[in-house]
Amino acid sequence: MKKLLTSFLLAMLLVLGALAQSGGELHFCLRSEPKTLNPLLAADDASETIRYLTGGVLVRVNRLTQELEPGLATSWKVTNGGKTITFELRSGLRFSDGTSFSADDVAFTMQQLMDPALHSPTGDAFRASEGKVETQVLPKNHVRITFPAPIAGLDRLFDQVAIMSAKSPQQEMAVLGPYYVSENKAGSYLILKRNANYWEKDSAGRQLPYIESVRLDIQQNRDMEMLRLTRGEIHFINSVDADYFDKIAAQDPSMAHDAGASLDSEEMWFNQVANSPLPAYKKAWFTSTNFRRAISEAINREDIARIVFRGHARPAIGPVSPANKFWFNAKLQAHPFDQKSALQRLAQDGFHLKDGPLRDREGHAVEFSIITNAGNKARERMATMIQQDLSGIGIKLNVVTLDFPSLIERITHSYDYEACLLGMVNDELDPDAQMTVWLSSADSHQWNPSQKTPATPWEAEIDKLMRAQASTLDPKKRKEDFDKVQEIAWQQEPFIYLVNKNALSAVSPALHNAHPVVLRPQVYWNIDQLSLSSEVARNH
Amino acid sequence: MNWARTTAIVFLVVVSGACLLANFIAPASYAHQFRDEPDAAPSQQHLLGTDDLGRDRFSRVLYGTRVSLLLAPAAALLSSLLAAFIGGIAGFTGGRIERLVMAGTDLFLSLPWLFLLITVRALLPLNVSPIVSVLITFAMLGCLGWAGAARIICADARSLSRSDFILLARASGSDGFRLFWRHLVPNLKPVLYAQFWISVPVFILTEANLGILGLGVAEPLPSWGSLLRELEGFSTMSGPAWQFVPLVLFILVVSSFHLVLTKEELAI
Repeated sequence: MKKLLTSFLLAMLLVLGALAQSGGELHFCLRSEPKTLNPLLAADDASETIRYLTGGVLVRVNRLTQELEPGLATSWKVTNGGKTITFELRSGLRFSDGTSFSADDVAFTMQQLMDPALHSPTGDAFRASEGKVETQVLPKNHVRITFPAPIAGLDRLFDQVAIMSAKSPQQEMAVLGPYYVSENKAGSYLILKRNANYWEKDSAGRQLPYIESVRLDIQQNRDMEMLRLTRGEIHFINSVDADYFDKIAAQDPSMAHDAGASLDSEEMWFNQVANSPLPAYKKAWFTSTNFRRAISEAINREDIARIVFRGHARPAIGPVSPANKFWFNAKLQAHPFDQKSALQRLAQDGFHLKDGPLRDREGHAVEFSIITNAGNKARERMATMIQQDLSGIGIKLNVVTLDFPSLIERITHSYDYEACLLGMVNDELDPDAQMTVWLSSADSHQWNPSQKTPATPWEAEIDKLMRAQASTLDPKKRKEDFDKVQEIAWQQEPFIYLVNKNALSAVSPALHNAHPVVLRPQVYWNIDQLSLSSEVARNH
Repeated sequence: MNWARTTAIVFLVVVSGACLLANFIAPASYAHQFRDEPDAAPSQQHLLGTDDLGRDRFSRVLYGTRVSLLLAPAAALLSSLLAAFIGGIAGFTGGRIERLVMAGTDLFLSLPWLFLLITVRALLPLNVSPIVSVLITFAMLGCLGWAGAARIICADARSLSRSDFILLARASGSDGFRLFWRHLVPNLKPVLYAQFWISVPVFILTEANLGILGLGVAEPLPSWGSLLRELEGFSTMSGPAWQFVPLVLFILVVSSFHLVLTKEELAI
């Protein structure tokens, strides 16, 4: 049924595309100034937006179907056990400045990308092991790239690699994507103009993109962004908070788009670091699976989704959101809200209710603090709701909001905290992107980072499974391994996943062909297919 | 005493009385979440409706006002005493000591207190109850808020120490401490009194600002800071009227504190 709907939507996009009005200027806001216009160095949201709008890539992940589609390459093949990928490139393409595109540009981009001196964040994903990356320019517009070690999901990684020109005097400003940067007023706005040499055409043979130019205003204040949308000064807001979303929906339901559960999650975890400055009895609580499971069962996730996110979230199940169609383990269900079961689990570890508070075997009243970042209203509300939920099983929770640097200092250096509530932003569908979280030796293994050897058998098992899935190219085998990782995470709950927020966006009726999806960039993933209403287009 | 001053005093007394009797007046616990009624409109059960988590807003306003209204004067008293001690001694002794103390005071005034407050808040132990957290917040405000008042008191003390009655007391054989305690401090009272009343709304505002940054009083204990956070954001302008009750009360109380001062005290 879902596939049928997706196919229908794609067909609609093609039909609407054929009827689309060309011209006009699309307006939207960036929350900060792009730190770089070099696509290989893009790491912040604003720079990634510019990369998406201007960069030509060999292959593109379709944000709607989550499938890989041809871009500058018409076909590709991964061989040599995942070490080599060969692309067949489109011929006759030109960069925005008129420079011709060839396999040499791909070789140049790879050489730049893997240059250790450049410190490219995009390049990090390709650095599975030490060694040289070789790029061979083959006859008939073919190019072959060989890595020193197999890389799982290799082809999908090229969705992030914008090809740069080896010959253009404009260097990174010469692009192969739908737009090029025409004007950059630092701290104020950027103007992108249509790339007349863009390779793609619509079904009627018309040159894409339809919209003549894009103006990106740098606007940190979300209230101002909202105001500008309601005044018609901008055409969409890519990501909207639940509070704002409901206000937009109340004003004009056609503007509010809820694409369903996103890949992002909100979760809490306990500090399980062996040398943390916590008393021994608290360390014993936090390392107990029964304790963590009990806390999880005592939290009413449905209420959090309904009240904090106004129904625009769903109880989280595990490390993978159901929005990740391929990798989500559909056998798992969200932990139910069951305080009776929570007390039974706690009783197995000797916890008991005495004179009101819950006490451990030695008689310590169960009380702990949870830290979260100050200024994030949703997290503060979640923590307050958890506070009331845990009081239902006799646990006293102290909510502490800290400025972000102090919080990071505590969770990454001093380990002077008991529990932490934060969120995880997921851009990547492939589990390889979560290696730094799940490997016990990793820095981002938040509950107990940088372990020399796995502290528990289940962490050792996760290490083994994560490495196994990363070293094979067979998607079925990888899925089996990562399903097991999700099952262990569900059973052990080192992270207590709370909710997956919905992907919410607001789109002006003047913008046509917009079909917001859960993957970033939610609204303008099909930027070359978007068009403005004839009135708006005429006015520009 | 003019009518505005009288009204302000009566208003402050009524508000303080209502807050002190919050345990008896409040229809619900300030922390209890009525989860089936988030953002509810006023009703018989919830006189001012509920907040975004379903907590009774009337109860939270009562308890929040109690927190801010009791602890802000306490912090003001602490800062006024510190200002009297530091500024009084500096002004009374004069010379190098005065210059040294005032240089220290100027340095203290030039420090970015918001960042210091954030840093100190981050260094505090995490497992403290909301009551202790609020006491720490206001104690910090009291300890940090003396510098401005100390400069004024120093100037006043310097002027007093050169006055005839001090010269007479000195000539009569009064020495340092007696001169300071028996003759100088009683004459500093009007300026101290004015500084105290000026500090109260300043501390209320500072706590509210910290609360808006999420660094004030810990949940679930309400304060004016946390109550005003509900109004954060431009979109609340179109919100229901009862949402603005904490803001109106806040403005009235702060204004009343200013009206309580006489013209002479304000001139100081």
